[in-house]
Amino acid sequence: MAALAAEQLVAEAERSVRVERPVELELDLGSLTALDTNPLKAGGQREAEAWLRSLARDNTQLLVNAVWQLPSERLQEGVVASLPPPSTRIPREKPVPKPRAPTRWEQFAKLKGIRKKKKSGLVWDESRKEWRRRWGYQRANDETKEWVLEVPDSADPNEDQFAKRVAAKKERVAKNELNRLRNIARAQKHKVPGLGLAPTPQPSKAELGEAIRVARASTASVGKFQPRLPKEQEPRNAGQRRKFQPLIGDFSAERRRQLELLDVISSKKPRLDTTKAANRQLREDDQEQAAKRKKMRPKGRKGGNSHNRNNKGKGQHRKTGMKPHGKRK
Amino acid sequence: TNSPCCPPLVRVCTRLHVSPRAGDRYSSRSWRAGAGAVTEVTRVAKSLPAVVTMAAVPDVCKPKTKRAKRFLEKRDPKIIENTKNAMLIKGGNTSETVTQALRDIYSLKKPNAVLYKKKNITRPFEDQTSVEFFSKKSDCSLFMFGSHNKKRPHNLIIGRMFDYHVLDMVELGIEKFESLRDFKNSKSAEGSKPMLIFAGDAFEIDNDLKRVKNLFIDFFRGPTVPKIRLAGLEIVLHFTAFAGKIFMRSYKVLLKKSGCRIPRIELEEMGPSFNFILRRTHFASDDLYKKSLKQPKALKAKKKKNISQDVFGTTYGRIHMEKQDLSKLQTRKMKGLKKRKAGKNVIADESESSPKKMKV
Repeated sequence: MAALAAEQLVAEAERSVRVERPVELELDLGSLTALDTNPLKAGGQREAEAWLRSLARDNTQLLVNAVWQLPSERLQEGVVASLPPPSTRIPREKPVPKPRAPTRWEQFAKLKGIRKKKKSGLVWDESRKEWRRRWGYQRANDETKEWVLEVPDSADPNEDQFAKRVAAKKERVAKNELNRLRNIARAQKHKVPGLGLAPTPQPSKAELGEAIRVARASTASVGKFQPRLPKEQEPRNAGQRRKFQPLIGDFSAERRRQLELLDVISSKKPRLDTTKAANRQLREDDQEQAAKRKKMRPKGRKGGNSHNRNNKGKGQHRKTGMKPHGKRK
Repeated sequence: TNSPCCPPLVRVCTRLHVSPRAGDRYSSRSWRAGAGAVTEVTRVAKSLPAVVTMAAVPDVCKPKTKRAKRFLEKRDPKIIENTKNAMLIKGGNTSETVTQALRDIYSLKKPNAVLYKKKNITRPFEDQTSVEFFSKKSDCSLFMFGSHNKKRPHNLIIGRMFDYHVLDMVELGIEKFESLRDFKNSKSAEGSKPMLIFAGDAFEIDNDLKRVKNLFIDFFRGPTVPKIRLAGLEIVLHFTAFAGKIFMRSYKVLLKKSGCRIPRIELEEMGPSFNFILRRTHFASDDLYKKSLKQPKALKAKKKKNISQDVFGTTYGRIHMEKQDLSKLQTRKMKGLKKRKAGKNVIADESESSPKKMKV
């Protein structure tokens, strides 16, 4: 008896959470979404909210039933269910990241099989007898802090060795920056600017030509007033010939231009401003008449003005461009 | 957009100190070039094509502080992306309905949303540059633009971006709206992940509504979590497509005791309720949409080799063995049958042990 009653209770409980549907819901538990494709029957206007609510309740019950079937575990925050990864395909926010292109050194290292050696962060500073960082603030063996510099025998005694050290550092920094930018240009497939003229023992004709060109342009006015050598020829095709707008430039300007173009094409008014044209023609005629009158004045007033005018008034103009006839039904 | 630090290329180049010494590779050339005004690096900089502008090329401007670096890293394209943020914008003229609607949706989407207070006189359907600019500045890929005019009363444009350009936009007209304030009951906790339910076969059949459904999921979904607290399923947003309209209702979920493990659900309407009517749409072309759906290869589940499953679910493994010399195979030993050397002390090889029985 008791067992039967217990069974009945269990059955009743399960009935309370069960929802019957002809078509199963399409569930995406990863994003807690459900799609119910069952046809909806129209309820009356007054019962609309109640109908929506009952529909929502049934659908939510089905979704919750599915979530409760997932593997769960008990943590200190409560019972937690592990959700599967979402199955609805949602577009990404940004494009997939492209892997960084290797730099020139990285390519060489890969070729030779050179691997990076992991260096320790701290280095023993012998003079101060303590561990200091390898680089950065208060580093070990800091060369810039050297306040005594030896003047080498070959050097000029009046030369500023400290300034020389500073200059050398600046050179190194600029060289590093240049190489970094060249690596980026190479990675982006832009034109990598070459380093220019390298010192060679036997320069070729092209190299000599390049050297002459560089030397010529290295004046304050960039070679504009530099006289040509006796046998030197003028460069024929120097300078840009045409300049095009970049393909992907100012979007709003491009948009504006294209919309203006559309306006021009679709406007009913003809492009030719006929009143302006007519007026201009009239003015020209007047001028002609005036010129003729001046010529004819000593001969007396022979030709009148009015009947020599052309029939181009405001209303009578030739239609420019016939409209294409559409299909006539 | 200008990153926080951006030294122009020219400034970088003039750091190169011109020193007329024969040995040095960089300065000798500049000395040869004469005048000293045109140094090697500046000449190099001038020869770079004009298209290489600071903003266009990444990596040229490196951030000087760790904070700036973190800021830029957060906005970089990643394999696993951040949760999408939404920006809620008001148009040139907004009605009370629209402003209240925007505020309610902001409270639904907190903290992954920004609500802009000022009015912006733009029309997203005509000119998308304004929305794209906002998206780039605030790093939001979802937006909701509310406006009101005589032709389109109580208008709400929901949209999403891909790579800071508009991907999809849908214009919805609010026919009936009841805000959070109108329902006088307690609300669910802020920031809880909602359950989304779409009812009506129109969501499956009509292509436009399919995209609209995808857009709604994208907008309201919230962060993707691997685990969820079962008691934390507090809010459900229910969308019904019926008679050409979309009815959106938000309910608070009450988990009631039922006899079994699964609780019985009771719903209490708490949140904003909308009756939407679909107006204009601007969906991305198929190829752009496909491009935006592309996932990186790293996310694909790695297939384990040499493991296969048959129809019944039994898992089979494959083991590759070395070639065995069968004559030297270890089998069971019978000590008595062992050949012994005649006579002298024979020390049986105790170290040889019989091989263990192979467990199949």
